[in-house]
Amino acid sequence: MKKKIRSHEFYLLLIFILFSLFVGLLNPAFFSFGNLFKILKSSVEMGLLAICFMLVLILGGIDMSFPAIAVASMYMTVSFLNALGLDLPLIVPFLIAGGIGAVFGSINGILIGILELPTLIITLGTMSLIHGGLVVFVGKSWISTLPKALVEFSKANIIQWTSSGGEIQGLHASVLILVGIAILVGIILKYTWFGRSVFAIGGNLEVAKRHGIPVAKIRFLVFVFVGALGGIAGLLHGTLVRMANPFDIIGTELNVIAAVVLGGVSLSGGSGTIQGTILGVLLINIVNNSLILIGMPSYWQKFFIGAIVILSTLFTANRGKMVRVNIFRKGIKEI
Amino acid sequence: MKRKSIQVALLRQLDPSFKRLLFITFIIFSIMAFLRPSSFLTSRNMVSMAFQFPEMGILALAISIAFISGGMDLSLVGISNLSGILGGYLMLGLINEQTGTIGIFFAIAVSILASLCVGVLCGVLNGVLISRLNISPILATLGTMQLYTGIALILTKGSALIGFPQDFSFLGQGSVGLIPVPLIIFLITAFGLHHLLSRTYMGHSCYYIGTNQKAAKFAGIPIARTLLKTYMVSGMLAALAGIIMMSRVNSAKADFGSSYTMQSILVAVLGGVSPLGGKGKVAGVIIAVLALQFLSSGFGMLRMSQYAKEFVWGFLLVALVAMNILWDGRKSR
Repeated sequence: MKKKIRSHEFYLLLIFILFSLFVGLLNPAFFSFGNLFKILKSSVEMGLLAICFMLVLILGGIDMSFPAIAVASMYMTVSFLNALGLDLPLIVPFLIAGGIGAVFGSINGILIGILELPTLIITLGTMSLIHGGLVVFVGKSWISTLPKALVEFSKANIIQWTSSGGEIQGLHASVLILVGIAILVGIILKYTWFGRSVFAIGGNLEVAKRHGIPVAKIRFLVFVFVGALGGIAGLLHGTLVRMANPFDIIGTELNVIAAVVLGGVSLSGGSGTIQGTILGVLLINIVNNSLILIGMPSYWQKFFIGAIVILSTLFTANRGKMVRVNIFRKGIKEI
Repeated sequence: MKRKSIQVALLRQLDPSFKRLLFITFIIFSIMAFLRPSSFLTSRNMVSMAFQFPEMGILALAISIAFISGGMDLSLVGISNLSGILGGYLMLGLINEQTGTIGIFFAIAVSILASLCVGVLCGVLNGVLISRLNISPILATLGTMQLYTGIALILTKGSALIGFPQDFSFLGQGSVGLIPVPLIIFLITAFGLHHLLSRTYMGHSCYYIGTNQKAAKFAGIPIARTLLKTYMVSGMLAALAGIIMMSRVNSAKADFGSSYTMQSILVAVLGGVSPLGGKGKVAGVIIAVLALQFLSSGFGMLRMSQYAKEFVWGFLLVALVAMNILWDGRKSR
């Protein structure tokens, strides 16, 4: 089983490299640092949302509410800070957004984790509830004046230079947030009792219960964590586009799902890795970016992403069969 | 006396979750009627509501049959738009300024048939991916959704298709006597699907497969063939919804109704169709889509935004599911 998952990432990496080489041959501008850093920057938000979706998927359910949680946390944080009007350090807005997200996540956690209601239906409900509530009770107009700390952060590059065309290019600091959170989640999933329990619950709920794993507690905590992460991702989105729009992010969920699935996380729960998810996100962003570089009209994007999702899942589904046959053959030889 | 006892027996036979849904729909209707009697209880409002809900209703029916078989069809809106656009191109190609009345009717009929065929073909691709190539339904239709929308975008280059003949708008805007044509189409579709699900071998196979695929396989039910047919029906219904939509707004575009996917899932689930498979009836979906329509028309009259509707809708969904599972689950335990 472990071998199979590992090989999925290997193949994904192979596709990733081949595709990059192909695009690089057609247009050498693809391999410039400016472009690579641009792809990284545009992957940050999707990457964080993909980690949210991946965690719930490993736990054994499909979460539809994460875009609503992200946009609600972002909008509420920005309007609260604007009303407060203080000049706060950068960490405060992110803490507030994470906190608001965690509160929303705990609603999911209570309904799904503790009351054991079906994940897909409940998160569809909380999606409408949270987004509808945001627009009705908080506000529906764009906010284009962000708090000072966020505006400064949106310009914060780690490395920065001016290209020959006079454009400022660089590696944006938000990439560090994604890398940090990805490493943190990866370590938790792989090396802690908590992370292994998440896999156990997704693999087989009944068996996990009989092994004495506190299923309700762990599911509740995962939803709270996913909510907090969604809140941070939402605020990052608002920061990068320098505007708080209550209608953003909603509707990107299917792209995020496509990325996670491309990364080899099993839809039936219990398996998946952070490396695969990040590779999936990068691959989707590279496809989007490179189609523009090759000079393909933008309306081809959807077609290509659809074809990639179908082909890769086709490959995965049938490679599973091939692996099974190989194991079978090996077994016969050993006998 | 006897008749009354039969009625009581019928009421007892009804699923408790269906009773709760009926009750909620009735409550929504009465609240709206109470708050705005002069505008909500008019025949004009009834007629305008009857024009609005059939599209969503047909899409919800299309996703319901996929749900019942234990699957999912996220590509419905993509199929609607793609089949509408291809049919629209055919219609525009067949008609020029010299075409007579009979020619126009012929062109409309041919292009509607072509649209339905495109819907069925899209369904065949979904069905083959799911039943023969063993891709999980969510993934397969997630991919084909992008694919179909992508093809539609490539064909139209993102712009809208316009200039359909006047007679074509009859399907989406006309009425026979007082009864709107979309409503008639919806009723025929709902009746047909009800018949398919409750009276045919294929329909029963759908429920079996959705309940337990392995058991169905050992019982000798042709799983691959049934699933293929399921997605063909679902694709055809999506194309039908696409035709009505195209006729109502008198144009076709690749990204019309992108919010309809989530809404149709909501309607189906609220109507008692289980996304886990094996459970659901056409009657429930009809009541649920009516509830949504009462809510949105009423909120429109109260001058509340559609997001208030979204809020109430999400609340109802969570509350109803929680009630269904917690109450009925406790009783059976």
